[in-house]
Amino acid sequence: MSNVVNKEVSKMKGKQSILFKNPPYIIAASSVAGKKEGEGPFGHLIDTVHEDVLLGKDTWEEAESEFMKEAVEKALSKAELKSEDIRYLLAGDLLGQLIATSFGIAELKIPFFGLFGACSTIGEAMSLGAILIDGNFADKVIAVTSSHFASAEKQFRFPLGYGNQRPYSASWTVTGSGGVVLSNQKGKKIEGATIRIRGITVGKIVDYGIKDTMNMGAAMAPAACDTIKVHLSDMGIEPTYYDKIITGDLGYVGSDILIDLLKEENIDISKNHMDCGKEIFDQESQDTHAGGSGCACAAITFASYVIKQLQDRKWKRVLLLPTGSLHSKVSYNEGNTMPGIAHGVVIEAEG
Amino acid sequence: MWKGDSMEYLKAFLVGGAICALVQILLDKTTLMPGRVMVILVCTGAILGALGIYEPFAKWAGAGAGVPLTGFGNALFKGVKEAIDKEGFIGIFKGGFTASAVGVSAALVFSYIASWIFKPKMKS
Repeated sequence: MSNVVNKEVSKMKGKQSILFKNPPYIIAASSVAGKKEGEGPFGHLIDTVHEDVLLGKDTWEEAESEFMKEAVEKALSKAELKSEDIRYLLAGDLLGQLIATSFGIAELKIPFFGLFGACSTIGEAMSLGAILIDGNFADKVIAVTSSHFASAEKQFRFPLGYGNQRPYSASWTVTGSGGVVLSNQKGKKIEGATIRIRGITVGKIVDYGIKDTMNMGAAMAPAACDTIKVHLSDMGIEPTYYDKIITGDLGYVGSDILIDLLKEENIDISKNHMDCGKEIFDQESQDTHAGGSGCACAAITFASYVIKQLQDRKWKRVLLLPTGSLHSKVSYNEGNTMPGIAHGVVIEAEG
Repeated sequence: MWKGDSMEYLKAFLVGGAICALVQILLDKTTLMPGRVMVILVCTGAILGALGIYEPFAKWAGAGAGVPLTGFGNALFKGVKEAIDKEGFIGIFKGGFTASAVGVSAALVFSYIASWIFKPKMKS
């Protein structure tokens, strides 16, 4: 009998979801990005835009680290906090062994959990951060991720010095970093609505056997479909519950696949679906082929555009669903598939 | 004199361009990675060389056939063939390297020099 979970305090919901008892507050969000992102549709909402994406460093990897450090510092200053006020930092990036993160945040001296969920990492970081806060293991945490076009091309495709051509289905890795400060209390400076993480749905790995790294949207769409389906059934809601269902970086190809896959399950999200990869660049003028991708794609879109819509009360409820392709250069070169994942985070605006 | 020369340039330009255009179609329409496309070109050149097709083609088209990687494949074959004729069996291992040594070394040296002068920049 003692093993029976006490239903009164259980925050578990359905098979893979959590509904928080004291939903954590998002008290600040910061975004730092490169020139191309700055010229995109969200350019005016991004906190800092750097013309030189090398940031005066010697390597692209060091530049990415600097982007993340700046994003954390910006988030701290917007929340009017110091780094010692933060209990944990949950962060990750795309580079091997998370070097962009480790070298970027080392001197901030915040207890650190390194996470890898490929481009879904911001969803994973916000989910775990919210769990830590609702579980009373932390009062304030920062969730942050970064990516950089040049370092990602070097790691996953070809170094820029090689000068290869990019196929049309290839996505464009977003350069920059985005982060949020989560807290168990309302922020000091309240602009607009109060924003809280109401619940999460943790995604599972879905592998449809796609092997083309230039077409990651197709590899991740089935994972996004699975998480959305489970989320709606776990929470007992319809897609129309949300003002927006925001996938991470499926891009043009992947978004179409997701909508078709969900239609087969009799779920229609075509009216309120948005994809960060499709929105962060202007398709007409910026020539990014399939759209944006990378850990910073969902992070920057959320921390600049989505948060603004919530603060301005244009949207009341969104499902943020960052998507990731969990392959490495080694697994790809050895002919392996690209397993996809998507984590759902329910974000609501109050007041 | 001038007329002949300019025709040569035009032919080289058109033939070389046509080979590159074919390869561009491969890159755009298939999922072949650039490395694999390059290997396909070299092998094609070597096979066409062995069939006795590439050499007359290269004579006619000049640099248009010599500069693309198919020309490199043809040079490999030619080198191996000459070395076998001269030295027998051992030529199989020697000829390709002898024939391609100048091209490979030049590519190494020039790209190294280029890496001193130019730094890779972001694509836009």
